Amino acid sequence: MKKSEVPQDKSNLESANFKELCYAVDENGKYTTENSTGWIPKTIALDNAIQEIEERTRAAKERAVQGLSSPIEYYMELNKMDLSILASYVGSFRWQVKRHFKPTVFKKLSANKLQKYADAFDITVEELQNIKHED
Amino acid sequence: MKIDFTHHQAAHCENGVVSNLMKYNGFDISEPMVFGIGSGLLFCYIPFLKVNHAPAVTYRVMPGQIFKKFTTSVGVKIKKEKFKNPKAAQERLDENLKKNNPVGLQVGVFNLTYFPDEYRFHFNAHNLVVYGKEDGTYLISDPVMQTVSTLTEKELEKVRFAKGPFAPNGHLYYPIAFPESFDLALAIKKGIRDTCKTMLAPIPIVGVRGMRYLAKLIRKWPLKKGVKVANHYLGQVVRMQEEIGTGGGGFRYIFAAFLQEASEVLSNPKLMDLSKEMTEIGDMWRDFALEASRIYKNRSSKPDAYNQVADQLVVLANLEEAFFKELKKAI
Repeated sequence: MKKSEVPQDKSNLESANFKELCYAVDENGKYTTENSTGWIPKTIALDNAIQEIEERTRAAKERAVQGLSSPIEYYMELNKMDLSILASYVGSFRWQVKRHFKPTVFKKLSANKLQKYADAFDITVEELQNIKHED
Repeated sequence: MKIDFTHHQAAHCENGVVSNLMKYNGFDISEPMVFGIGSGLLFCYIPFLKVNHAPAVTYRVMPGQIFKKFTTSVGVKIKKEKFKNPKAAQERLDENLKKNNPVGLQVGVFNLTYFPDEYRFHFNAHNLVVYGKEDGTYLISDPVMQTVSTLTEKELEKVRFAKGPFAPNGHLYYPIAFPESFDLALAIKKGIRDTCKTMLAPIPIVGVRGMRYLAKLIRKWPLKKGVKVANHYLGQVVRMQEEIGTGGGGFRYIFAAFLQEASEVLSNPKLMDLSKEMTEIGDMWRDFALEASRIYKNRSSKPDAYNQVADQLVVLANLEEAFFKELKKAI
């Protein structure tokens, strides 16, 4: 890639006012670096990945509101976590976390465990138990 | 206190921290040099690891490997510490800063407040340097950022004790001893030799064989997994190749820059030619990403389109196979 060809497309980097570093060759064929504001092919890939997460979050919220799943699943998706990440934050096994997705099991969780989940999601126990229905 | 530390932006965090710490200690080692000596280049398809619900593909070695390889290869001694107790971790950090010693830290990205929101995933093998503390706020030199940043005590504790795969556990490191003279030439040769070895390794998911393996899978994705999943998988491949940290073209440009520098150090003009070749290969990786993005942009499931990008990947595998065979002979 030539230095003059380093893409300067609009991207999500703009929100943080930051440009990434790319390696490219100058007019004499010597390697140098150039900042890039972004490149459309990867912006689309990232946007799609974020949309995926949002869809999963919405679906999990829907299930939680309908009482098919506990709010833990919703907050897990909201925080871009998966079972193994959440399990290590709350100090449980993956199968235990999965079990806590069941509303009946969730209702019986100890105050201690609820606090651990709340801390992992950076919210209060109150917020964990009552997910907001709006939006 | 504030240590007189110069921040240089890098493409990748691990190379960047090593290069910046070396420069601070008076050794002018560039980022591509760290990457090349640390044998950072790779291709690997990891079927048993899922990242964001898609199979993982990596264009570089495991986190920490570049660092380890580089320091042992040039003979720099490193002090490393991990902690169970966040308080002890902070105390040790403060002690070092008081002694005017900038330290490297391994952190999780999810709670790095200065990162753009879209980039805050649960990736725990990010690296940065702390070079001071003023009014309870840490002064941070994060190599992928253009300028320096700051984090409060609480924010820093959170990222140092992020959980999940590669959990940092407060991991802190800094160089303690340097060799009297560097045998850079020897380290470069070793770095190149090892990269050739892994890229040509007789393992189906690694190096050029890994590319061919992935190409086969890509052909099957649209029929076997459906449009949505196939698109998602392909997008993930492109992200691993091009996201922040790669310097573009799945680290191939950084590697080409390394070969150029190596050619001068070893006075080996052949490496200069090979650097040009690697740049062209990098350009073809960019074309591959562009072609793939056309598929997932249009949410297309035409097996033809998938076959076309798979063909491109096979061509890349053939080119890289010839390239690394030649590189092996050139040193």
